[in-house]
Amino acid sequence: MSLKTDFAGIELRNPTVLASGILGTNAELLLRAAEAGAGAVTIKSIGPREREGHNNPTILEWEHGLLNAVGLSSSGYKEMEEEWSLLEKSPVPVIASIYGATAQEFKEVAEAVSEKKPAMIEVNISCPNSEKHGQVFGCNAESASEVIGSVKKVSNGIPLMAKLTPQAPNIGEIASACEKAGASAICAINTVQGMLINIEARKPILCFKKGGISGPAIKPIAVRCVWDIFEAVKIPILGLGGVSNARDAIELMQAGATAVGIGSGVHFEGIEVFQKVSQGMQQWMQENDFKSAKELVGIAHE
Amino acid sequence: MNKLPKMCRIKEIARETLSIKTFVLDLELNATPGQFVMAWLPGTDEKPFTLTQIGKEIAITVQEKGKFTKELFSLKEGAQIGIRGPFGKAFDFENVKNACIVAGGCGAAPVLLLAQELAKKNVNLKIVLGARTGKECLFQKKLSEAGELFVTTDDGSLGEKGFTTQVLEKLFEKEKFDCVFSCGPEIMMSKVFEVCEKHNTECQLNLERFMRCSFGICGQCAINEFRVCKDGPVFFSEQLRKMTEFGKFARLKSAKKVSLQEYAQWRQ
Repeated sequence: MSLKTDFAGIELRNPTVLASGILGTNAELLLRAAEAGAGAVTIKSIGPREREGHNNPTILEWEHGLLNAVGLSSSGYKEMEEEWSLLEKSPVPVIASIYGATAQEFKEVAEAVSEKKPAMIEVNISCPNSEKHGQVFGCNAESASEVIGSVKKVSNGIPLMAKLTPQAPNIGEIASACEKAGASAICAINTVQGMLINIEARKPILCFKKGGISGPAIKPIAVRCVWDIFEAVKIPILGLGGVSNARDAIELMQAGATAVGIGSGVHFEGIEVFQKVSQGMQQWMQENDFKSAKELVGIAHE
Repeated sequence: MNKLPKMCRIKEIARETLSIKTFVLDLELNATPGQFVMAWLPGTDEKPFTLTQIGKEIAITVQEKGKFTKELFSLKEGAQIGIRGPFGKAFDFENVKNACIVAGGCGAAPVLLLAQELAKKNVNLKIVLGARTGKECLFQKKLSEAGELFVTTDDGSLGEKGFTTQVLEKLFEKEKFDCVFSCGPEIMMSKVFEVCEKHNTECQLNLERFMRCSFGICGQCAINEFRVCKDGPVFFSEQLRKMTEFGKFARLKSAKKVSLQEYAQWRQ
């Protein structure tokens, strides 16, 4: 019985992937996640130039998950030489997430990042925490397709993964547009837009006011989105949203995910979450007569 | 533990030095020396602060520096601020019998409760307290009640003229410590660590970096593979030896890695 996974041509030792924006500000923390058992790791979204992101509070824990509005802080792609050279030592595939405010900016970042030969480029067209970046592209099939198409031209054969937002009224349609524009995989879902107010302060807690919800609260949304995408495209799906344990991971895979991203779960279960999920999956598969992780993918649709 | 900010009232404001005030808050919190809270000014920002009092009421001791602390300093008793936490790993002093604390500037704040706990346990305690001038010397009286205190100032206006690490070197000539605890400017702490390594003495440092989440998920406060908010803020010699960035580099709000000097200028 094996957890080895072929994800859009990339070989993963297990289907767990460190989600972008989690720990991924520097190479050493990414390597720490790899050592802790992640099948692949994702660098926090890289932008065209240095960007500070929002004032604090930017990340909060609440009773059913997390809420964040970091605001795409990035040193910019030009300031990452040291990280790239350290990441050459990574024992697992490294995925580079990118963002921009225009298709042209996405292209600029993708061109520079492609030279560093990451295993895959995640095109973040789904961040809810900036007016100009992210989500604005992922809610519309035409603009999603335009971004993927422009990135495709300069990505030098490196597989592209479109990261989608559950805010889109028809996520299957967006996924299909990305597939047609040349994406090799779909990543779903980014966070769900939300807000928390402190009633004594009578103010939203996040400095950006609105943010993205992650963690257990959004798992059913993630399962539904992965389900819809699986029905709409042939390319593999990296499912994420509320995965803290093996059962969550298996659920997303049965909905159609080939691999599973873990983000907030790193907080709830510690960095050991990758190993725990892998071990739990192995045990469950053994008990339920599955020989490979692949057999789980989309099984709930049959 | 407050996961989300809990609003509480400023019960008392005490001036400690020219630039430092202590804010006593009507919030009950269980915490251990070295841990920190996130203090929130709604609509403005949120920043980490060490605790200088715990129990039925807590206190944070703050140096006036940037926009956030200026706004905090403008608040009067009775005003409300939000507190999340406590967070982070505390000092470990369980088996310590002979100890030295080295504090520089507002670095006296994170070691105050530690000094008081060590005193309660009758630990043989030497404290070296450094400041730029006598008027900026923080917690001189409180620390002198916890152990034998040596004061240094850059300009010689109080105590000995010179650096804390010079006093530490001298103490090592006749003392053996189970552990040296320190907090202050990172340049000072890296020298403290160097002196401790030379004398084969365990060291615990309370480090600082720009933070966001405060519970170890965003990676903003990384020093190499360590997260200051979750793996620290207190770090041990074994970890410090692995930190190639310690004393040299830190990350700005964008996560861009810069020299410690550039970081310190941005933090002003």
